[in-house]
Amino acid sequence: MSDRQSNVALLGTQVGYQNKVFFRTPIAAFFTIFFPLMIFVVFSLVFGNQYIEELGVTTAQYFAPAMAVFAAVSASYTNIATTTAYQRDMGILKRIRGTPLPASVYMGGKIVSAVLIAALSVVIMMGIGILFYGVEVYARTLPAAIVTFLIGVGTFSALGLLVAALVPTGESATAVTNATLLPLAFISGVFLPPSDDAPVWLETVANIFPLKHFVEPFSTAFNPTYTGSGWNWASLTYLLAWGIGATILATRLFKWEPSTGSGSRRRRRRATEPS
Amino acid sequence: MAIIDVENLAKSYGDVHAVRGIDFHVEQGEIFALLGPNGAGKSTTVEILEGHRARTSGSVSVLGYDPTERDRAYRERIGIVLQETAVEDQLSVKEAIDIYGSMYPKHRATGELIEIVGLEAKTDARIKTLSGGQRRRLELALGIVGDPDLIFLDEPTTGFDPSARRQAWTIVENLASLGKTILLTTHYMDEAQHLANRVAVMADGLIVAEGTPESLGDRQSKKTVITFVAVGVSTDSLGLADVSTGDNGRIVISSDEPTRDLHTITGWAISAGVELTDLSVTRPSLEDVYLELTGSNDE
Repeated sequence: MSDRQSNVALLGTQVGYQNKVFFRTPIAAFFTIFFPLMIFVVFSLVFGNQYIEELGVTTAQYFAPAMAVFAAVSASYTNIATTTAYQRDMGILKRIRGTPLPASVYMGGKIVSAVLIAALSVVIMMGIGILFYGVEVYARTLPAAIVTFLIGVGTFSALGLLVAALVPTGESATAVTNATLLPLAFISGVFLPPSDDAPVWLETVANIFPLKHFVEPFSTAFNPTYTGSGWNWASLTYLLAWGIGATILATRLFKWEPSTGSGSRRRRRRATEPS
Repeated sequence: MAIIDVENLAKSYGDVHAVRGIDFHVEQGEIFALLGPNGAGKSTTVEILEGHRARTSGSVSVLGYDPTERDRAYRERIGIVLQETAVEDQLSVKEAIDIYGSMYPKHRATGELIEIVGLEAKTDARIKTLSGGQRRRLELALGIVGDPDLIFLDEPTTGFDPSARRQAWTIVENLASLGKTILLTTHYMDEAQHLANRVAVMADGLIVAEGTPESLGDRQSKKTVITFVAVGVSTDSLGLADVSTGDNGRIVISSDEPTRDLHTITGWAISAGVELTDLSVTRPSLEDVYLELTGSNDE
């Protein structure tokens, strides 16, 4: 039909709507934006923003990009997986499914919204780092850092959708994202700088999963001893492969209706209602 | 051409046969009700028509589309009102209607819709602050925001108090007066009678009766039930079509012409030399008809 809105216009509406829902859910906004910021500030205070000899950077210079990645992954992976699964529990996805909105536009809205929220977290994090903790940003590596950020957030958004596709309920989505993200954050150099004392197998595990391939190139771009332009093609390709794989699987496995468990619970409730 | 054309539709989940071969047709501008108890297969049928479920067999055409194709143009012309409210609590009434309206090429003005469902006072209120009845009215607004040609209402008043029910009925009647075709499911006999032009009664996955609310009752109440006990004789020589033998040898005969059939029966009894013990002739009430059709009198 001629007066059908273009998919681009629809996407714009969807992004605005997803952003609105995000910022009106205080707990999500807190854990995505302020929690990583808090860790960054606490780390910088606890370690007194010292110069770390082995890494050639100050504490803040190391943790600002690392925690920025953590915030970006929270905004994409954790946030998309849990909100999508909760929306399915409530029947919102089923409602969307009954409208003419193409599924790709709906999912696209979630991903673009995640990219914007992640970008906001990163800008706040780096901004506070620059203003108060002497963090430096280099024009030479900035393009690579931005592209790494976009590919990273895109990949973790797809992984968030995959988790939503695999788990039965919103509660299980929360459990799965925490149980996967937090251990990986410890071994991938988000909460702790990489150490030579760690066993080899641990590094192998970290290398298999995508988080390290996001943190490492992004942090390297803010390392003052690094002289290149920041393009880590191997990690970017690896991230993309995870992202594409997750997208394909999520598309195939995605369910729009509440799981039968919660559905039958609702039916039981209905059956006991006086009529 | 019919708006909805369903032929020999069946849906099974493994060994569970939710819908077991049904046919019905809905014409432009009709309010058609699928009436039946919980678990009769109404919601499964509607969800197949909405495109939420794939059918196991049979053919379905709605507005000329096969719903399983999930055609965008098809979904632009239908409106769905779900059983459970499902809108983000964080949005306001106006925001939700705006967002859902944007998905449709021709959509109703938000203010007008809010007026139709009577939520003017709640326009800017967050959805989480709405009462159950107000949520249901918002649900109705979202179902018709795309100015659909065909509206699916799945148990629109389940859980409503009597006054909220009346209000909802008025909204549905207003929609019908705009020339919309409406497919309604309900397990309330009076709701189907009040709203629908035509009713199909579903029980156990089958349509057990179909017609206008009046004819449905009339046609069925013409079926007078004659019962008696006649020990030690076969009813084979009776020559009546609808004869069954219940518990304790009780003979049950459904009759469209009770006067004639009674004559036949008494004549048969006299010539066979048997006494018709406990003979009764009853005309079932509308409620009885429904309960009998749907088998819920066993409960």
